Amino acid sequence: MKPSDNELHAYADDHLDAESRRVVEAHLAQAPEDAARVAAYREQNAALHAAFDPVLDEPVPDRLRHISARRRAGPVAVAAGWLALGAVIGWLANALLTDRPHALMSFSRQAALAHAVYSPEVRHPVEVGAAEQEHLVNWLSKRVGAKLRAPVLTAEGYELVGGRLLPGESGAVAQFMYQDSKGKRLTLYVSRLAGRQRDTAFVFSQEDKVSVFYWIDGALGYALSGELPKADLLNIATTVYKQLNP
Amino acid sequence: MNPERIAEHIPRLRRYARALAGDAHAADDLVQDTVERAINKRHLWRPGSDLRAWLFAIMHNVFVNQLRSRQAHPEDALDEDALPAVAPTDGARLEIRDLQTALALLPPEQREVVLLVGLEQLTYAEASHALGIPIGTVMSRLFRGRERLRLLVTGAPAVPALKIVK
Repeated sequence: MKPSDNELHAYADDHLDAESRRVVEAHLAQAPEDAARVAAYREQNAALHAAFDPVLDEPVPDRLRHISARRRAGPVAVAAGWLALGAVIGWLANALLTDRPHALMSFSRQAALAHAVYSPEVRHPVEVGAAEQEHLVNWLSKRVGAKLRAPVLTAEGYELVGGRLLPGESGAVAQFMYQDSKGKRLTLYVSRLAGRQRDTAFVFSQEDKVSVFYWIDGALGYALSGELPKADLLNIATTVYKQLNP
Repeated sequence: MNPERIAEHIPRLRRYARALAGDAHAADDLVQDTVERAINKRHLWRPGSDLRAWLFAIMHNVFVNQLRSRQAHPEDALDEDALPAVAPTDGARLEIRDLQTALALLPPEQREVVLLVGLEQLTYAEASHALGIPIGTVMSRLFRGRERLRLLVTGAPAVPALKIVK
């Protein structure tokens, strides 16, 4: 049976399985015109590679290499601004830390612990996945007792995995988990604070390998944890803060 | 998605764009527009799907838009410098130039299919997805593009022309 044009092209492009290949080859053996066509198609493919594969080895021009880097200049500049602001109101955090060192330190420690426990989890990293984001946020808001939001960290390279509910010192705590394309995870730990707290700037804490930036905003305490450099974590914490305070 | 994942595809996007657009400068313009658009729209990429095919789809849209704007401004349509000048003694480069000339003479929609399949080794289904056309259309553009290219490169009729029926 004569193969179709589709099959002749698919043969030239090596898209056929062994069985179909044998059928085409049997045909080509006694159809010189088709054999010449197929040979010409293969030569075309080879000529295209010979002509254009050298482009793969050319250095990528700066203007292309810098596109993705340029996108990252924004958050860094913004973070620098927040750092300056942090310095201005840093005394607030100091005052607060001096007044209540135990409460805040233990908050960041709990966040780091929760991060260390759940972020390596492969099968059950979260209780509710990002696919049910609306349900997740409503559920956690209800249990924590405050209107929560899951920040969008796509621009920083992280996607929401989901979240879970945890016990904290002053009741239920929400943990949102994020993951980048390499599987590196961040968690945002959100707790309603007992009593009245004053807002703070970002405070950094290192708990073993886990870096934590935490802050108080209104009635809620936030802690962003991850095993990544302080400056990178600060960028992301800045984004989180800005999204929650638009 | 991390923008670095897009950056990893730049060399292959440049190869395809060079063959599609003809000259290196126009090709890198095409890649730049494609990468910028991909980074801006990266939330639209479905995790788990083929990133390269998605990038080719974006490049196709950018390319089509460029063709349209060139039709609107015909003075830009022909770039005399588009093909690099080649010393006649330089056999290898002369061949490349012939191939580039022949590619440039293909209708753009056939050139895209011939290159995605022949150079970038996309399957017919992937090419159909990247170009947003049915697979039957991919095949018919591939047939016509390859036959035309064969005619242009060899100067010989692709399919033995007419059979004389006695």
